[in-house]
Amino acid sequence: MIDTLSTHYNYWVFAFLLVVGLYSMMAKNNLMKKLIGMNIFQWAIILYFISIGAKRGAQIPIVAGAHGQGEELAIHAAEYINPLPHVLMLTAIVVGVATTGISLALLIAIYKKYDTIEEDEIIQRLQQ
Amino acid sequence: MKKLLGIALAIAALLVLLYGIEDLPPWGVSDQPASLHVSPRYIEKSLAETGVPNMVTAVLADYRGCDTLFETAVIFTAGIAVLMLLRRAMP
Amino acid sequence: MIQHQEDIIIQTVCRILIPFMQVYGLYVLAHGHGSPGGGFQGGCIFAASFILMPIAFDLAAFKKRFAEKRIILLCSLGVFIYAGIGWLCLLLGGNFLDYGELSAILPVDPVMARYYGIAIIETGVQITVMAVMVSIFINLITGGRHKEETQENYD
Repeated sequence: MIDTLSTHYNYWVFAFLLVVGLYSMMAKNNLMKKLIGMNIFQWAIILYFISIGAKRGAQIPIVAGAHGQGEELAIHAAEYINPLPHVLMLTAIVVGVATTGISLALLIAIYKKYDTIEEDEIIQRLQQ
Repeated sequence: MKKLLGIALAIAALLVLLYGIEDLPPWGVSDQPASLHVSPRYIEKSLAETGVPNMVTAVLADYRGCDTLFETAVIFTAGIAVLMLLRRAMP
Repeated sequence: MIQHQEDIIIQTVCRILIPFMQVYGLYVLAHGHGSPGGGFQGGCIFAASFILMPIAFDLAAFKKRFAEKRIILLCSLGVFIYAGIGWLCLLLGGNFLDYGELSAILPVDPVMARYYGIAIIETGVQITVMAVMVSIFINLITGGRHKEETQENYD
């Protein structure tokens, strides 16, 4: 397992990030910290997908100097990095912004009703 | 107690993830499976078919245009949901 | 609620900075074809310039310029532009969101019609993202309890 560290070190970083997010979603008591953990989890997955598209020695997926024309240009797939993970993760980032906004609004609504966003205190209030 | 359980589960998840990493291709190789099947078609044809040099924009707005339409609808729904959750009339 | 505090340095810097941020947001939108950018990114930059106004000045002063009714109209206008282009392509005889059919009404060939179709829908995306970001921000910082504007805006 440890011998993959030299060639797969990006995946190690993402695995640690994902576990940090998972831990804070499971063990933290504050709902705001749980939300931050959810965002860290999400970004681990987004970074993983982005790093799948990387090719060493290739350039970003924009054809230089081909604005509006260029059916004649010969484009080789090995010269450009994979654009599909970027597109999919752009979608994921946007959906993440939407979920984060709604979660913050829900936190404000919870705080208005229970005067706290600590999980155990909310459960105490619910059991009374 | 809750913290210990969380740490144990997190370490278990980390071990499973690190075990799965061995099967992934190394970072940055150009012949990994994700780069071989679908993406060469988009890279080579998107400029000729749409006239847009930026392949990410071409795929996002043209090939996956319906996806992006409903993604915009998701953003719109989020804004309306925040309004419905929080907004109260004030005199 | 936000405690409003006059600060001449922040207000002057924001007054200078906001137009440049808006121009930069439009630049990122317009150059989404040839450089990294597009509707989502440009919309976020554009929204940041509007969010700077209630931070540096008063929320009431911001809402006088940019009423809530107008923000919600802009939210739906972006989705309307996007879906309207899709239906326009359908009416012109193609598939839904098949921008090549726009060459029937634009003076260009089908490939460049796709180019301009992408530009139009990115504009719609930018409008929606900008308006939704501003709306979410205003509702979050005030908890939804901010004063409505004058009553005649709602008639």
